[in-house]
Parts: sequence; C-alpha cells; structure tokens
Amino acid sequence: MTTPRTAPQPGARKQIHLAAHFPGVNNTTVWADAPPAGAGPDAARHPALGSQIAFSSFTHLARTAERGLFDFFFLAEGLRLREHKGRIHDLDVVGRPESLTVLSALAAVTDRLGLAATVNATFNEPYELARRLASLDHLSEGRAAWNVVTSSDAFTGENFRRGGYLDRADRYTRAAEFVATARELWDSQAADGHPGPFDHAGTHFDIRGEFTLPRSPQGHPVVIQAGDSSEGREFAASTADVIFTRHSGLEAGQSFYADVKARLAAYGRKPDDLKIMPGVTFVLGDTAAEAQQQAAEIRRQQVSPQNALLALEQIWGVDLSAYDPEGPLPDIDPVPESELAQGRVKIADPKAVADRWRALSQAKGLSIRETVIETTGRQSFIGTPEAVAEEMDTFVQSEAADGFILVPHLTPGGLDPFVDRVVPLLQERGVFRTEYTGTTLRSHLGLPDPARPVGKGDRS
Amino acid sequence: MSAPRHPLHLAVALDGPHPAGQEPPGPDGARRYDADHYVRLARIAEHGTLDFVTLGDSFARPGPDALAVLARVAPATARIGLVPTVTTTHTEPFHVSTTVSTLDWVSVGRAGWQADVSTTEAEAALFGRRPAAPPAEVWREAGEVADVAARLWDSWEDDAEIRDRASGRFIDRDKLHYVDFTGTTFTVRGPSIVPRPPQGRPVIVVDATGADDGAADAVREVAAAHADVALVRAEDPQTAGAARDDLRARARAHGRDPDRLVVLASLPVELYAPGDAAGLADLIGDWHADGAADGFHLRPADPARDLGLLVDTAVPVLRERGLLRRAYPGATLREHLGLPRPANRYALAREAS
Repeated sequence: MTTPRTAPQPGARKQIHLAAHFPGVNNTTVWADAPPAGAGPDAARHPALGSQIAFSSFTHLARTAERGLFDFFFLAEGLRLREHKGRIHDLDVVGRPESLTVLSALAAVTDRLGLAATVNATFNEPYELARRLASLDHLSEGRAAWNVVTSSDAFTGENFRRGGYLDRADRYTRAAEFVATARELWDSQAADGHPGPFDHAGTHFDIRGEFTLPRSPQGHPVVIQAGDSSEGREFAASTADVIFTRHSGLEAGQSFYADVKARLAAYGRKPDDLKIMPGVTFVLGDTAAEAQQQAAEIRRQQVSPQNALLALEQIWGVDLSAYDPEGPLPDIDPVPESELAQGRVKIADPKAVADRWRALSQAKGLSIRETVIETTGRQSFIGTPEAVAEEMDTFVQSEAADGFILVPHLTPGGLDPFVDRVVPLLQERGVFRTEYTGTTLRSHLGLPDPARPVGKGDRS
Repeated sequence: MSAPRHPLHLAVALDGPHPAGQEPPGPDGARRYDADHYVRLARIAEHGTLDFVTLGDSFARPGPDALAVLARVAPATARIGLVPTVTTTHTEPFHVSTTVSTLDWVSVGRAGWQADVSTTEAEAALFGRRPAAPPAEVWREAGEVADVAARLWDSWEDDAEIRDRASGRFIDRDKLHYVDFTGTTFTVRGPSIVPRPPQGRPVIVVDATGADDGAADAVREVAAAHADVALVRAEDPQTAGAARDDLRARARAHGRDPDRLVVLASLPVELYAPGDAAGLADLIGDWHADGAADGFHLRPADPARDLGLLVDTAVPVLRERGLLRRAYPGATLREHLGLPRPANRYALAREAS
C-alpha cells in the first residue's frame, strides 16, 4: 500500500460509519446481467448475482459487511407486493423474508455486525415488537437495531387486522408513542430479571402488564428513522439514534445535516447522539472513465425497455403500453390522482415532472428509455477506489454526513468490491476503524448507553 | 385401530430453566438470555437424530421470543427440525405466516410451528386491542390462522420466479395468487411477501390434548383439519391411543388421509441416571407396541440435565430394537416425518382450469 496522500493526522479526523443495505425490491437491484455475445442463457449470470431469498445470500452479504468492519447490516421491509395497472408488478426483484427472523439467524454467523430491521409501526403492536427486538438484542449480544417506518395506506392494510387508513398526521404520533412505549417496556425489568409492571395509557396504546425479558445488552436497541420530511426530521431529532436519509449533493447534505443536528438541543440531546447516514450507491473502476462507463451500463440494466414504460406510466397515470420505449415521449398530459401504481410513494406533481421530461427529451433528442435512464438517479459515488474514498471522506469531514448506508446493485456479491478496495483506503486515511473496538452496535456508532429511569434496575 | 408408524418419531421440548434464570447476574448486574444454551440442546437432539425440537411460548412467558431463538439455532445445526410455538390470538396472521416461512428459509426446510392461543385477560391487556375470549372461540380463530398461513405459503407457486430477460419479467405474476381470506375476526388479501418456502408448507403442530375448558372439541378440529403433527398429553397408552383414533377419524371426515397426520404422545420425563433412560426406552417401546402413538414428544423437566441422558442412553436402546432410525433420511423436517412436500393448491387449481 502507498502512504496516505492527503490524510492529516490519524485520529484527528471524524470517523466514518458504514452500513450495508441488502439489495432492495426495486429496479435499482439488477437481476439480469447483459449476456456476453454468443453465450448461452445460463452463461449470462454474473458471478455476484444470486438468489434474493436464499439464506446463503444473506450470510454472504452480512459476512462481507463484517469483514469490512461495518457498523451494521440493514434490511428493508414491504408488507404488500406492489401493483401496477391493477396487477402485481413483475419487472423488479421481488420476494423477501421477514426481517427480524433473518437477523436472528444472522446473529449465528456474525459476531460483531449490527443487525437492523425495518419494521412498520402501523401494522405491529408495541408489546410484541418490543419483545421481538429485545429478543434479537439478547440473542445477538447487543447488536439489534430497529428502523421505524410508518404507513397509512389502505392498500397495505388489506393484509392486516387493523385494516386500512391511518391519517398522515397520526402516523408520526403513533410512531412516536410506539417508540416511547417500547422503551418503557425495555426499561421495565430490572437488570437482574426482577419483573416490574408497566402501565401505559396513551392516545394510541392502552396496555399494561409485565414485560418478560430482562433489560437487553444495549439497554435499548438502536432506533433508526428513515425520512426526510420536516415531521421525519423532528421525529428523528426527538427520538432516533440514526437517521437514514436521501443522498444529495454536498451543499444540500450540509444543509440537511445542520438542520437536523440543530433540532437536537431542544430535546436535551448532543449533536453526536444522532448519526446522519444517507443511503448511497457506488460504482468502482480502475480508471475514472471505466467507472463512468460501468455506471452508465448499470443504469441501462436498471431501466429495461419495460421498466422505462412503467416509469412513464407511474407519472402519466395511464396505460402507455402502446408506446415504443425507443420512440418519443407521449404528448398527452398526465392524469392527476391516478391509482395506477399501488404500494409506491405518490408523485406529488406529475404534470411538472412530465413537462420536465419532455423538455429534456426534446433538447437532447432522447427516446423514452433514454430519457428515463437520463433522469434515473446517477449512482452516488462513481470512480476509482481512491476517488470514492476521498469523496466519501469529504462528505463526512465537511459535515454533510456521519457515514453511509451502502446499497449494492447486485445480490449478494455487490458489496465485495467496496470492502476489498475502498475500505482499506478509508483506513489508510485514518477515518475508518481497523478493528471493532466494542461488541455492541451502540459501541460501533459511538452512542451513549441509554439512561435507565430512576427507580428501575437498582433494586437492592 | 390402525398400526402406528414404524420406525417411531421422536421429538423433544427445550422448554425449561434457562441458565439466565438460575445463575447470579453477570458483573454488570445483568441477566442475559444468550443463545448458547439453546444451541447446545438442539445439537444434542440432533446427535440423537430426533425429528424436531419444540420451544414453547406465550406473551406471558419469561424469556425471548421462541421463533427468534430457533432462527438463531438454525445456522448452528444442520438437520434437526425447529418448531417454536407461535400464538394466534393477539398476533397478525400475515406476520405469523411470514415469520414461520422465513424460519423455513433460514433453516433450509426444517421449520414448523406449534399453533397456540392466548386466553387470559393478562395477555389481552398487553395488547389492549381485544378482550380475552372463550378458549373455544380463540381456537376456532387459530384454525383460521393456520388455514390462511398455509394459503399464504402457497400464494407463490414454486416456479413463480422466472428472471426472463426477453420480456423483462422477474416473476410470472400468473403464478402469484391473492388468498382473499375472510375469517371470523380478520381478513387477508395476499399474496405473501415471501416466496414459497423450501418445504412448500412448514409443518403445523397442534397440541390436541384438549383441556377441560370447553375447547376440547375445537382443538381437536383444528388439529384434524390443519395439523401435520398432533401432540397428545396422556397418562396411559389407552388414552393416547383413543385420542389418536379420534384424530384420525376427524381427519378423514375433513377429507384428509389420516396417515398424513402424525400423532405423538407428549410425555413429561425426568431422568437422573442411565437406568431412568433405559426405563424410558422400555416405556416408549411398550406404548408404541400398544398402538398409542406414531411417536413421542418428550418434555424433560430440565433439558440441560435430561437431554444428554436421553440421547446417550435411551436412543441407542430404541435403535437396537429397530424402533428408531440411525440416521436422518433426508434434509427437511417433512422428510424426517415421512410427510410429502404438499402440492400447491393454486397451481393445481390453475392447471385444472
């Protein structure tokens, strides 16, 4: 290895936190590699491309993340398969296991890696979920995390007892009360296992009894909040340990970072008590040009002709199957309030997006597919390992992030190149650990142990 | 009375004192439910080529979530079946289905679940969603949950994932199915978010003893209609055999092949010495010869003490008598139990139409 180039004194620099996101159920995850010329159908599969559901894939990615000394491994969640034009969406990777069960199993094949599950606060109940999270924290000896998400859609509700609609405003109040209640439960037993009763009478939950687990190794599993809205930021500032946010440019990142960190004081919290970790993608190459070329190729794979039309239909809100993906964009206007796509985030102003896309298409002479490729988010970090390490470091040192949640585009081998090629460079720069110094996820993240309420756990 | 299965099936309960509840707290004053205790026990059971281990659960039971524990055990074992209790009264049927399905994925085909209910006001108060209901009522609901869970497992046909580059389709959506289940207390639209698990349907276990709480008939019906394995707690072989006959008759009435319902006599055991274990082997042999059961579910008073004696002493005796196999015949729990991988109901319906 060469000597570090620009890194100042090791130890003086802010440390980067890294997490690995299992590739998602969306078109970011590439499932069909471009076939080599003349190859048979079976020869086309990329060696890093495997099952999205086999446990061996989860083991591979988690062990890769642990080999790279990552803070945690992250699983997303979906409780209803997405639909398009009234039918199940069939173009993207789909089908995944239940998060907490997979993470309990991964605790057996990893030793230090944090294990984060996305679990919906709308379609679960505090007692059961608090118990499952505390169980994971015990079984993993202090590595559990919960990414709190909420949902309000009647579409997902059709799979659950409580059914559909929850007012948007109620989503966050329910989530906030849910997290507070879970913490009451986690705190309710003394460390020596002596049960203490809990009694919670709130707006959303009216429950009482005894929690059946001693306080877990982390006290409270780490709480992650995903979301960029003002409500989401406030919720994160009040209660979360990590915020999983959208990645944007350096200045936008700095502005988000400053905004969120400034909200903490109102809750008696210090800036370091909440880590800001954008979700990012990456493409590595031996040269900058090779990386750019590879990135463009991946975007082509992510936007198949069928996916391009689907992306268009999500904006236009009508059936566009008669259009040629290699032809021009439709000149009709989008239908507002369309129910064409279900289980996805709604597009706020489809007409504005359509106008922008048409302008782009005309200015550059792009087909439908080319336009979608052009407007599909470019990968967050593209370049040589050296350039990517430097750029990530810059984001962290200049307070645009505390670290990153990496989203590989291949299952399960997509993280290996980053761990093999970028992590050593971050270590050389003195901004990433060279060994785990603690055993719990809280220790990896440098988070304080949660205070125990007075009167709990000090039975003597 | 039809002859019981041969060789007999053997399962063991891992319930019992966890060291965290017995030993003094650690240096930081904390008691930890570490996984090693359960891994150790499951490996002993696996060494004895037992069919499966069970771990009971309720929301009032001290200790970690049973399904999470056995998910943690799965990668640390290779063949033993893993059957946690999952309750159906205050839980979401959709989540019950996906967690059990996921246990089957992480264990590569070794999952089952023992369906149970919550009947107390104390458990109801932990959720605050519905008051406690009569046992017969919540058992009928448990049957509906078992039904919808199995439908959700079938809601993906085995070959639904096609990865067809030419058409850009990852799945063939004609092979994914809405279950549109309407139960007495809930509805589920489907399909599952989890592809059909390795066993097609993880094994459903029901304790069909039927307590004297007005639910005996409901419990038997749930077992006869939905269970792959029924447990019967009995003091003597006649009682167990009568329960087996009753369950088989009921299964037949539901249009099932009674041989697809494995009835295990569930017995408490306490072993202190090799002599006790040899005595247990005799008792098992006698009950089996009397046609009392297709096998046994043993509930050691203290698994950490009793399980080693059971496997080292009783198992070899049973093997010598040709009552117990010497090696696992396959990789999945269904294979251990001699139960076929079920055909997918939706695939059958689609192919018939």
